Amino acid sequence: MTDLLLTNARLIDPQAGNVTTGAIGIAGGKISAIITDDSPLPEAGQTVDCNRKHLGPGLVDIGVKVCEPGERHKESFGSAGLAAAAGGVTTMVTRPDTDPAIDNPEALEFVIRRAREAAPVNVLPMAALTKGRMGREMTEIGFLLDAGAVAFTDCDHVVTDSKVFARALSYARSLGALVLAHPQDPGLSQGAAATSGKFASLRGLPAVSPMAERMGLDRDIAMIEMTGAKYHADQITAARALPPLERAKQNGFDITAGTSIHHLTLNALDVADYRTFFKIKPPLRDEDDRLAIAEAVQSGLIDVISSMHTPQDEESKRLPFEAAASGAVALETLLPAAMQLFHAGAVDLPTLWRAMSLNPATRLGLDCGRLAIGAPADLVLFDPHAPFVMDRTTLRSKSRNTPYDGARMQGKVIATYVSGTPVFQRS
Amino acid sequence: MTFTHRHLLGIEHLRAEEIVTLLDLADEYVTLNRGASKHGTALAGLTQINMFFENSTRTQASFELAGKRLGADVMNMAMQASSISKGETLIDTAMTLNAMHPDLLVVRHPHSGAVDLLAQKVNCAVLNAGDGRHEHPTQALLDGLTIRRAKGRLHRLNIAICGDIAHSRVARSNIILLGKMENRIRLIAPPTLMPSGIEEFGVEVYDDMAKGLQDVDVVMMLRLQRERMDGGFIPSEREYYHRFGLDAAKLAHAKPDAIVMHPGPMNRGVEIDGTLADDINRSVIQDQVEMGVAVRMAAMDLLARNLATVRGAA
Repeated sequence: MTDLLLTNARLIDPQAGNVTTGAIGIAGGKISAIITDDSPLPEAGQTVDCNRKHLGPGLVDIGVKVCEPGERHKESFGSAGLAAAAGGVTTMVTRPDTDPAIDNPEALEFVIRRAREAAPVNVLPMAALTKGRMGREMTEIGFLLDAGAVAFTDCDHVVTDSKVFARALSYARSLGALVLAHPQDPGLSQGAAATSGKFASLRGLPAVSPMAERMGLDRDIAMIEMTGAKYHADQITAARALPPLERAKQNGFDITAGTSIHHLTLNALDVADYRTFFKIKPPLRDEDDRLAIAEAVQSGLIDVISSMHTPQDEESKRLPFEAAASGAVALETLLPAAMQLFHAGAVDLPTLWRAMSLNPATRLGLDCGRLAIGAPADLVLFDPHAPFVMDRTTLRSKSRNTPYDGARMQGKVIATYVSGTPVFQRS
Repeated sequence: MTFTHRHLLGIEHLRAEEIVTLLDLADEYVTLNRGASKHGTALAGLTQINMFFENSTRTQASFELAGKRLGADVMNMAMQASSISKGETLIDTAMTLNAMHPDLLVVRHPHSGAVDLLAQKVNCAVLNAGDGRHEHPTQALLDGLTIRRAKGRLHRLNIAICGDIAHSRVARSNIILLGKMENRIRLIAPPTLMPSGIEEFGVEVYDDMAKGLQDVDVVMMLRLQRERMDGGFIPSEREYYHRFGLDAAKLAHAKPDAIVMHPGPMNRGVEIDGTLADDINRSVIQDQVEMGVAVRMAAMDLLARNLATVRGAA
């Protein structure tokens, strides 16, 4: 018996790479039927007419910062979960850069318990690669894996000691654990608030060359070659980092790469008169870089688009640019911002859904992220054309540091389903 | 009148004719300052607060004197010693001061953009007295006035700016101002002290003093900002002086009547030869200090007039 039938939808299938009109049946929290031809629809407990709006697998967002423990006033599992549901994100893969860091099984269990209590969407936690994210000693990778960590990362801290990094990578490889790293040369990027170039010089901001990212990636690729580790670069944002990434993939290394939605839709000039909501890490790049990264997403060289959701309260942002905290919230704006790439003709819908759903799921060994019979019924129904003006006061996150405030956007989520249950419905 | 700004945050926001308006008024104040009675009334009854989050002797004194000569009530706040060290944020400090109804706020801050941020939160006129590596507009204006008085014009001159350009807000404001006034600008510095993307500013870039100074009308030296450096921009001060310090031999490449400028305070024997700095035939460094007071009087006068217009309309 089908519990729920979603009919008359434009189905985005990231595996087949197409968009077709059809219906999806859901039973027991899983996709039980996909009908794209004239065959009769199954009997269902409930039927929803999707009015030819788009239906795709829910987004899987690698790299969400929920500020529990430590800074719950900035974001909790409850608020982040509501924001995710409203943004079509059905799986949040959380970062361990909390205070304290998630670097032991007990802390991880706390995160899992809090997520289960408070968040309406799936939450899969990542754990720190080194204790305290200090880059000195590896964490208990085995215990953390057993406790439910899906990947290991020190987030924006680069493990500078190559010996420590090599050991952690080797140890992780023996357990089949995925390591996420932030490719960046820490010496060059120290103290930087902007990408070097005319704009940063005009504004008098300390800046870093995008070459620092290339150098960081080059080192990491050498480490992968040495250790055979399973590696994901969290954010590739510079055109110069693309050729080494491509070579590493051609060489058959177990490497994937992500980028952030902000680097795909904004550039360094958006900082304008020191707008600190545009201060992110790595800093926004030139337009040439942005275009190259969007092209790399379309070609598949870059596998994953993340929100890099980073809540910061007003106090951490209402400061001079250099002193202000980095990061932007993006769970709710990931989908409409991605629609900018679609409407601009830069990236098509199936490719976007590969980058925001199928690829991250596959990389983490999850069975979601696809429209397939037996896959979890984690779905997002949305209208890619619906226009709106972004008003940050409407955001569900406790922190509202979005760079899109006041922006004209297109793409509204109509409903989000997790295991066939609606967790968000636009009234 | 062609000066309609509420604040003076940077040269970037000014048009060429506004710069001329300001310099013309400053010329009048030079005359006033050289007279027996130095009192004006343009700022009578107004309150001027100088907020310096970074040490300053000359700029603060210059602003204080400018305000007093025009009749303002001037208060100096050394912010390093005050609430900032107690954890109060810049914006809270600004709001607190704003509640005391100042009319002119003169601000220096070690972070680029901090003065812009503060200006958004107060309803008086804000003057940028230097923010990080961003801008120092009154310094560029006083340099402009000094050049105009020494050379008889402020356009179609060859002007070299030499030294620590990367860390210098003086250099940025001057590049913008001198560019707007249609001069040829040359920057001379070792590549480590040159900001990135500088070629796109419409300037010529040199790393050799002899070549860069060839036939220039004006030589602007910059202070080596040791306090802003996080190490290792130059091998040593003696090598820097040898290659980039201004002395008579290097100055010989410039035009015979080229003037020498320096925003102060000078590191004698690091970026400039002490004898040359004191040479009254070449150096206009003391004139720059004098022009500083006049330019600041003019800037505050113009802003106060605009403030009266804004408040009158409200």
